Amino acid sequence: MSTIADLRRILASCRTLAVVGLSPQWHRPSFFAAKYMQAHGYRIVPVNPGATEILGERCYPSVTAAAQALAERGERIDMVDCFRRSDDIPPIAEEAIAIGARCLWLQLGVVNEAAAARARAAGLDVVMDRCVKIEHARLFGGLNWAGVNTRVISAKRPHQLPY
Amino acid sequence: MADHDFGFGTRAIHAGAIPDPVTGARATPIHQTTSFVFDSAEHAASLFNLQTFGNVYSRISNPTVAVLEERVAALEGGRAALACASGMAAQMTALLAILKAGDHIVAASTLYGGTVGQLGVGFRRLGIETSFVDPSDPENFRRAIRPETRALYGETIGNPRLNVLDIAAVARVAHDHGLPLVIDNTVASPYLCNPFQFGADIVVHSATKYLGGHGTTMGGLVVESGRFDWGAPGTREKFPEMLEPSAAYHGVKFYETFGDFGYTMKARMEVNRTFGGCLSPLNAWLLLQGIETLHLRMQAHCRNALRVAQHLAEHPRVAWVNYPGLPDSPDHALARQQFRAIDGAPGCSGILSFGIRADDPARAGEHFIDACEFLSHLANIGDAKTLVIHPASTTHRQLSAAELAAAGVGPDMIRLSVGIEDVEDILWDIDQALDQAVG
Repeated sequence: MSTIADLRRILASCRTLAVVGLSPQWHRPSFFAAKYMQAHGYRIVPVNPGATEILGERCYPSVTAAAQALAERGERIDMVDCFRRSDDIPPIAEEAIAIGARCLWLQLGVVNEAAAARARAAGLDVVMDRCVKIEHARLFGGLNWAGVNTRVISAKRPHQLPY
Repeated sequence: MADHDFGFGTRAIHAGAIPDPVTGARATPIHQTTSFVFDSAEHAASLFNLQTFGNVYSRISNPTVAVLEERVAALEGGRAALACASGMAAQMTALLAILKAGDHIVAASTLYGGTVGQLGVGFRRLGIETSFVDPSDPENFRRAIRPETRALYGETIGNPRLNVLDIAAVARVAHDHGLPLVIDNTVASPYLCNPFQFGADIVVHSATKYLGGHGTTMGGLVVESGRFDWGAPGTREKFPEMLEPSAAYHGVKFYETFGDFGYTMKARMEVNRTFGGCLSPLNAWLLLQGIETLHLRMQAHCRNALRVAQHLAEHPRVAWVNYPGLPDSPDHALARQQFRAIDGAPGCSGILSFGIRADDPARAGEHFIDACEFLSHLANIGDAKTLVIHPASTTHRQLSAAELAAAGVGPDMIRLSVGIEDVEDILWDIDQALDQAVG
């Protein structure tokens, strides 16, 4: 279970997100999440063999191809954010480990304990069955406006504005 | 390592309320604004597409109202909540989020009179039928389920019969049929009972009552557990609108996009937004003020009500007393299972009812009410002040004789909403009024 402190740390330190399974269709949840993160200061690297460009970013056929392309420019992928079926995760987890990502993030409904164990053993943070957009909005502001129980109890004034 | 679990009192004061980032204000600001600026056309489009979280118009969401929503969701142990103009608006919103013409509800027969009217008359006119069943046997709910049934409905503690619902048993019946159980938890309040713990899926509140606690402010809330699987086989066929592209929202699928708060988002964007039962920011703020002391007030209400019930049970001029907190009440065992203990006994709220021993008990009851000095004769419950009323001629007046019988409301019933005044004074007023009523 990822604590509030873990999620804050991950979302503060992972600035470049490879979004695996990002759909080019605007009303799909993966598009929603990626667009939101992009609007909130994150670099989105689409990974989808079926597209060449999404949200103004070059789209790659695999995590490995994306990491290679970024490495050529001295850039790195911090988080591998997966909008894929649970059964499809293990090879993606291996790629995340191989490219030196800091976090493997599996979206809502995506859970694979074996892949998670592999990634954690290799030193990655692993988040499962969570949406990166919802957790960001929960901890950095915005989700509370939808009446959601963020479970945050704090007397600290946030330094990040929630928009 | 897990996040710290905060106690009820701490959550009653803090949940939803972190300091304002711009001003540092510690108390919740009252955002008395109808509208909110967009940073750009792009930002506006994102908001209208539901791609980013933000505020557009106070009929949809408001930052002050949001604090109340998160506060009540946290106190119920729920995932998300939506605030409405009143408890009745909250019920309507909760149900219209998932029901349409041709659908059917199975509800307890012992509900608040206003709810009987909403379901039995108002909804019927819209083509939504309700079967009212005796909730003392959960199997009665099962027997009334039809292919068109889309929700089961009950109250934690019936008003005014004070019957206690076996939430877990009725939830099992609901879930056996892939249906959600909606529970009105107004009388118990989240302090005494969290229906989600017993399997309820949706909770509604009249915040006008114990949450606000002071008889000043109307409001209501819909809360979801976040654990009802709208996509499960046996359920998904009954609620296609949760899973299919929304006609009102350009194809957004609420459950897929928002997951375990998808129902609340749907209720907000498709019902509150279009039917307009929204809560004002000022009212939300007033309700929050009350909620901060909910834990202390409910303790006092329960202690006082038990004293009053015991006093009435021993009083020569009282024919009967109904209060689940009394050990010989038929609902006592269920109350013990489901409600928080106060001084070792189940806390059963401040509501109790009794009948006077007299040749004409209804007449004696009216005389009693007229003779009270500071017990307030009015239509409400859950105020800090002690309240008294005769349900058959007022709050349940619109019910037929058969409906009254089913609701357990006799012509002699006097309902007390015991407040948090000094209990000796409450007993004094009751005694002197009884003396006047029956000599």
